[in-house]
Amino acid sequence: MSPFNHFFRVLFFALLVRPFVLVMLGLNVRNRAKLPTQGPVVLVANHNSHLDAVTLMSLFPLRMLRKLRPVAAQDYFFRNPLLKWFALRVIGILPIDRRMKSKRTHPLSGIDNALKRGEVVIIFPEGSRGNPEQLGRFKAGIAHIAKNNPQVPVIPVFMHGLGKALPKGEGLLVPFFLDIFIGEPLPWKGEKKTFMEELSTRMRRLAAEGEFPSWD
Amino acid sequence: MNLEILSIEVRWFLASIGAILVLATVIVQALIRLKPQADLGNLARRVNSWWVMTGVFTFAMVLSRNISIGFFAFISFLALKEFLSLIPTRRADRRVLFWAYLAIPLQFLWIYMEWYGLFIIFIPVYMFLLLPLRMLVIGQTEGFIKAIGTIHWGLMLTVFCLSHTAFLLILRSPDAPSEFPGVGLVLFLVVMTQLNDVCQFLWGKALGGAKILPKVSPGKTWAGFLGGVGTTTIAAWQIGPFLTVLDSGQSLLAGLIISIGGFIGDVNLSALKRDMHVKDSGSLLPGHGGILDRIDSLTYTAPLFFHFVYWSFQWHTFGTGIGK
Repeated sequence: MSPFNHFFRVLFFALLVRPFVLVMLGLNVRNRAKLPTQGPVVLVANHNSHLDAVTLMSLFPLRMLRKLRPVAAQDYFFRNPLLKWFALRVIGILPIDRRMKSKRTHPLSGIDNALKRGEVVIIFPEGSRGNPEQLGRFKAGIAHIAKNNPQVPVIPVFMHGLGKALPKGEGLLVPFFLDIFIGEPLPWKGEKKTFMEELSTRMRRLAAEGEFPSWD
Repeated sequence: MNLEILSIEVRWFLASIGAILVLATVIVQALIRLKPQADLGNLARRVNSWWVMTGVFTFAMVLSRNISIGFFAFISFLALKEFLSLIPTRRADRRVLFWAYLAIPLQFLWIYMEWYGLFIIFIPVYMFLLLPLRMLVIGQTEGFIKAIGTIHWGLMLTVFCLSHTAFLLILRSPDAPSEFPGVGLVLFLVVMTQLNDVCQFLWGKALGGAKILPKVSPGKTWAGFLGGVGTTTIAAWQIGPFLTVLDSGQSLLAGLIISIGGFIGDVNLSALKRDMHVKDSGSLLPGHGGILDRIDSLTYTAPLFFHFVYWSFQWHTFGTGIGK
């Protein structure tokens, strides 16, 4: 990444994202100490809002920004050149081709490479933001990543509130406090099915730690 | 900086609060050293948060009057946000909630404009009439009365009631229109309210005995309540004439109003938390909980004390910008 883009990125997070997340929204992070201080590591979070990725990234110190790579859909973020530049160069996304048309490279190989470089990969295995504040079904790609990188810790993170503040299809932000619960690393035991079941259970258990008021 | 225009009494008072915090810190640190086996982490966090809160509050009060008004607007924003995050809301009402937030800058604008008439009816009347209309336009009737009732109740407590604190800041006497005695009044109100919280807690712990509202707040006892009322009233009687425009008799009465009102405000929010099955309203202030946990008493003491002051003297408020 060029020094200019990185400088822009640090400014963007220090002057915009952090004050916004802390003042307009407000954080309640449980088990902050369990947040990794270095890569390679995979953070697995539920997806409610466009702000999920930058909010998670704002939890890390600025010096780790270079290492943070949220996985995002290529078809969505490459729609226009400005958005593409912003997503790739400022946020630093790892683009995923959801259409799976090109068979030459595996769609998840970019993630394996990032982990080999010691980066912090942030992934939302629900695939899309879906219904806000409802836990969707996790796609199995995450098990594939865990299988390819069995020594890399996979840390489940449950987020609540951004789906209320800025859900899918809404342009108006309404302030709400956010709850972010960091879980224990998930071990790879050699089987995709058990891994996915374990991940779902962990996520539901994290969600059950919070006392969330109804929202429907 | 309007430090120069702060009365010598206000400066002395702020210095004493600093001294009390130093003393509290020394005692807690000594306890931690002397009794390493006792778990005093929460007490230490509590004292730390007191430092932060006192520091921010003092800065907000001494920098300038407009900063002080903005500070109270921000506290209202935090409190309303915490309230709306705590209660069940409807997905369809996002825009209604947004309008409720918009009431904050307007309410504090009226205060800045010294516009008493609008300040006192804007939320109880105009927002009360407007928010349901916004909801009707969306059209979801399922859960309507619960939604509009809870949103307006929260707006009244966290914005309307709290904003009375800021209105004290712009009061002035027609005889001396260049003097603002409000900083002393706000300090008196806020410090007496917090002192009352602490005293009711300490008297309750020390004496125990019969519970006062066991279903709402099982930790609160008659001894705590009466001990708090006694201590706060005596403290107010002593400090009021020194810090504010109130004489001894008025200060005594103000102490009584603050200590009884503070208790009601406290248990009022306790009932909300109990209803929502949470212990604390949030986690903004380590050792204390959320912002609502800290300002619960103030939601009652601010309007009660304000009107006591407002009717006890002749004030010139209605508008340097507007009207006369």
